[in-house]
Amino acid sequence: MRLLGDWNAHRLSYKVEPLPQRLTKAKRDTGTMQFFSRRKKLIGNSQTEQLYGHCLQFYGQPPIENISLSEFETFAVERLKLLKTVENLGVSYVKTSDQYTKKLDAEFSNLNFPYKIEADDRKPQTGPSEFEKRRKDHISHFILRLAYCQTEDLRRWFIQQEIDLFRYRFKHLHPKNQSEFLHRNNLHYHTISVEEKNNLMDKLINSRFAVSGTTVDYQDFYKVPFQDALDLVRTRKVYLKGGYVYIPHQDIVTIVLNDFRTRLSKALALTARSLPAVQSDERLQPLLNHLSHAYVGQDYSIQKSIGKISLEQIDPLSAKSYPLCMRQLHRGLRDSHHLRHGGRMQYGLFLKGIGLTLDQALQFWRSEFVKGKVDADKFDKAYAYSIRHMFGKEGKRTDYTPYSCMKVILSNPPSQGDQHGCPFRHSDPELLKQKLQSYKVSPSGISQILELVKGMHYQLACQKYFELTHSIEDSGFSLNHPNQYFMESQKLLGGPGAGVKVEVKREDNPATKPPNPSPHQTPGPGNLPQEVEAEITEDLDSFFQDA
Amino acid sequence: MPTAVKPHRLFCVVSGNSGLLSEFHARSNVSQTTAVYSRLSTFLTVSYCFNLNLDICIITSEMPAADYDQASLPDLLPLYYRRLFPFSQYYRWLNYGGVTKNYFQNREFSFTLKDDIYVRYQSFSTQNELEKEMQKMNPYKIDVGAVYSHRPNQHNTVKSGSFQALEKELVFDIDMTDYDDVRSCCSAADICPKCWTLMTIAIRILDRALRDDFGFRHCLWVYSGRRGVHCWVCDEAARKLSVAARSAVSEYLSLVKGGEETVRKVVLSDPIHPFINESLKVVEHYFPQYAVVGQDILGSKEAADKVLALVPEDILLLSANFYYMTQYEIKELLQYFQTEKNPEKRWGRLKTLVQNKRTTAKGHYFEKEIMLQYCYPRLDVNVSKGVNHLLKSPFSVHPKTGRISVPIDLRELDRFDPFDVPTISLICEELDRPKTAEEEEEKEDTDENEREAGERRKRRDYKQTSLAKYVKLFDQFLEGMARSWKGEHLKKSDLQKDF
Repeated sequence: MRLLGDWNAHRLSYKVEPLPQRLTKAKRDTGTMQFFSRRKKLIGNSQTEQLYGHCLQFYGQPPIENISLSEFETFAVERLKLLKTVENLGVSYVKTSDQYTKKLDAEFSNLNFPYKIEADDRKPQTGPSEFEKRRKDHISHFILRLAYCQTEDLRRWFIQQEIDLFRYRFKHLHPKNQSEFLHRNNLHYHTISVEEKNNLMDKLINSRFAVSGTTVDYQDFYKVPFQDALDLVRTRKVYLKGGYVYIPHQDIVTIVLNDFRTRLSKALALTARSLPAVQSDERLQPLLNHLSHAYVGQDYSIQKSIGKISLEQIDPLSAKSYPLCMRQLHRGLRDSHHLRHGGRMQYGLFLKGIGLTLDQALQFWRSEFVKGKVDADKFDKAYAYSIRHMFGKEGKRTDYTPYSCMKVILSNPPSQGDQHGCPFRHSDPELLKQKLQSYKVSPSGISQILELVKGMHYQLACQKYFELTHSIEDSGFSLNHPNQYFMESQKLLGGPGAGVKVEVKREDNPATKPPNPSPHQTPGPGNLPQEVEAEITEDLDSFFQDA
Repeated sequence: MPTAVKPHRLFCVVSGNSGLLSEFHARSNVSQTTAVYSRLSTFLTVSYCFNLNLDICIITSEMPAADYDQASLPDLLPLYYRRLFPFSQYYRWLNYGGVTKNYFQNREFSFTLKDDIYVRYQSFSTQNELEKEMQKMNPYKIDVGAVYSHRPNQHNTVKSGSFQALEKELVFDIDMTDYDDVRSCCSAADICPKCWTLMTIAIRILDRALRDDFGFRHCLWVYSGRRGVHCWVCDEAARKLSVAARSAVSEYLSLVKGGEETVRKVVLSDPIHPFINESLKVVEHYFPQYAVVGQDILGSKEAADKVLALVPEDILLLSANFYYMTQYEIKELLQYFQTEKNPEKRWGRLKTLVQNKRTTAKGHYFEKEIMLQYCYPRLDVNVSKGVNHLLKSPFSVHPKTGRISVPIDLRELDRFDPFDVPTISLICEELDRPKTAEEEEEKEDTDENEREAGERRKRRDYKQTSLAKYVKLFDQFLEGMARSWKGEHLKKSDLQKDF
């Protein structure tokens, strides 16, 4: 089976040659053989040189060669693994820390992706050559573009991981290679004159921790519109004047990344437009769907426990099975009979996730709000809409999914009067300590939690809290969602939320997946030959089990 | 209020407010007038009521502006939208010189009507249509939203997903309620001249940053009508900012972070960014008079404890290792507070104490952090982030206070008094005040040209009222923008000549 892809960013079309349905091992091998012989011919070819001449790419040109379906699969899955690693490490470690780098280095060599120029033609190679790695990097990136262009959420996830990946790779390039990369991709940025630099000396020094008088002297400074370096503006790590930022060369990765982000997001939008053509290929569609579902993880929006929780159970549940963030919100709501928007969203969607029906939710919020300053009439006018909205009954009718830990920790930090957010991230350690004490967490447990908080491992801190409050040694799961916390807790305690557990585990932690997933799990179309579909999903599942 | 009234004709003399009544008079017969009377009596201070054969005379004292009553709003709004609302300036603003096609036509307006009925996605093709619709609906409140890809009033007819918010002014919303933990004079929606200083500080800091740091030139500051201020940054570059850019700008400008669970909301680290330094200059200017004296933040034990809570404990302990005096120091400080009643001296003592700490704990700026936590502007980031977020329009009425959302003159910022801002009842009342000689003359001029007289009169009605100076301010703002377009046009044509 072969496919010929013309990966033009603007128009994407596929020609699929009619070939036998099943690939044998031998065929796969021949495919590779052919490829090698072709490579030799192409080695002097200027286009190949242009594509793979540098260990880092801007992914400007789509691949135009034939690849086998199995290679397509392997590449895609391995890049997904890489991106997933990037995501996980990004949550657990500071992105500039040594541990982050070390772990990502390991993943790169495990999965045979290229990352450092030094690896090129230096040591005798075991395993794939640098050229193959670069080719894999290139092709796999474009395959995932197909899988992750379909919805806003997928695009955001993909862009975020690709950017983190790119940042890491760019930063670890030798400065010489960095400038070579810029040159190759025609990235030219405006540098300021020595005179201007001297005039701004003080401000430049005070704008960035790592910049001192001497570094200002020998470094180039780039002057670009502030829109091109938003991350530096956001964190006030750059000098800003008259709408322009003055970026020292050491931070040039920010501008390059911005370019990368803009291009990628445009390309994804264009890919999405030409997606119908790709999806009409019945061999690719289930694969692409599976790819995009597999690693985003459970979103806790579809619940089997719906309606199994009564409003009277909420108070006891909040003490036993709520993660700290929800417990805090619940308590805030009971105490002040009000929550501000951020809190209503975070808690409201959580409640939806644990199985409250729309009617129950309306009743729950109304009964609490009317105890405060809001009368029933005002509630119906001002608040009921947003609750129906959460359940997808108003506006654009999106069925909103409960917030994950990532979202709670990273987006919309609480401000004055807000009670939402992650208590481990957004509370003063002193207050957190008091809170934990009042919830009868042992002093040694508290100091363990505070230690994790200090290291910015908020989710691990929360998991520790789970273990301490449920009196278990090792919770045996990796916490990334408040609703997951709830279900794991209910599973331990045998409450009404427990039934959903199995379903969650499957999606969330592939290692425990049963070897033969039931066919209805594959989001493929009905008209696909059963055999092929089974082959694909089996292959994928075996990949995931390696994870 | 008279209880038994059996007039066959009702005649009202309300000093200073006859304009209002003549409005009602024009569309009333006797029985209606009675109804009007009872409605009026809810907001007029009735001094005398007596029966004169046929007529009832109600003589009231001059109605102070503060006497706005919410119940009168439905009667005042038609007048406001018919004769006072500055439609032509308003249109001129949102049309932005007609540079982009359909810029006004694709703009979302939303109206809040009686009983909190909220109508979104209104849009108008011309100034005239906007005028007609506002005069028909008489909205209690007007919000301005984004410029969309299609006409918002037809948003249901376009394919879902293709109806997108494209551009909007970069907006900021600063609300006094967000300062509740650091003001002692008022809370929630209440404001007073004391805490208004916070808004002054906010405007000074943000306006400087928007101009100097971000290079924006057209920032319109508007009093929200009740307890806060809004800023509309109208530069083309600002209107085109993405959601990510808006959130980056607002985060750059935010220093006070954290919710109910955070005590120390401002944490500075070395080196202090030039932006923070500039902001500190403003805060330091106002802090002694506003916070130390005005709010008396060290005035009571509770208040002082709150301030001391901002100095982190481990730092206190750290210095204790060196000096054995921290707990003692604090105790001594509180004792000093008991004897020393001068708030400035108290602050001075605290400042030296904390500054001494810096020698042991390098790179900490506790006294600066305290000042910032008490005075630095607190933005509602979510309002600024979204392109499609709605914000109350300038010249909309605040239904609770009756005050008009008016532009603030930054040249006179320190003298701006929210309680001086005209209410809708005041300006409606001023409308029928006897005209001054000068205005009379002007009127005669217009009479010469009969055909346009009606039109002109309408345009100039606001000039008789205290709204005039605010409309003038708005005009000046619009002039500034118009000049920048001219500059752009020139530049463009110059470029074309080069070719």
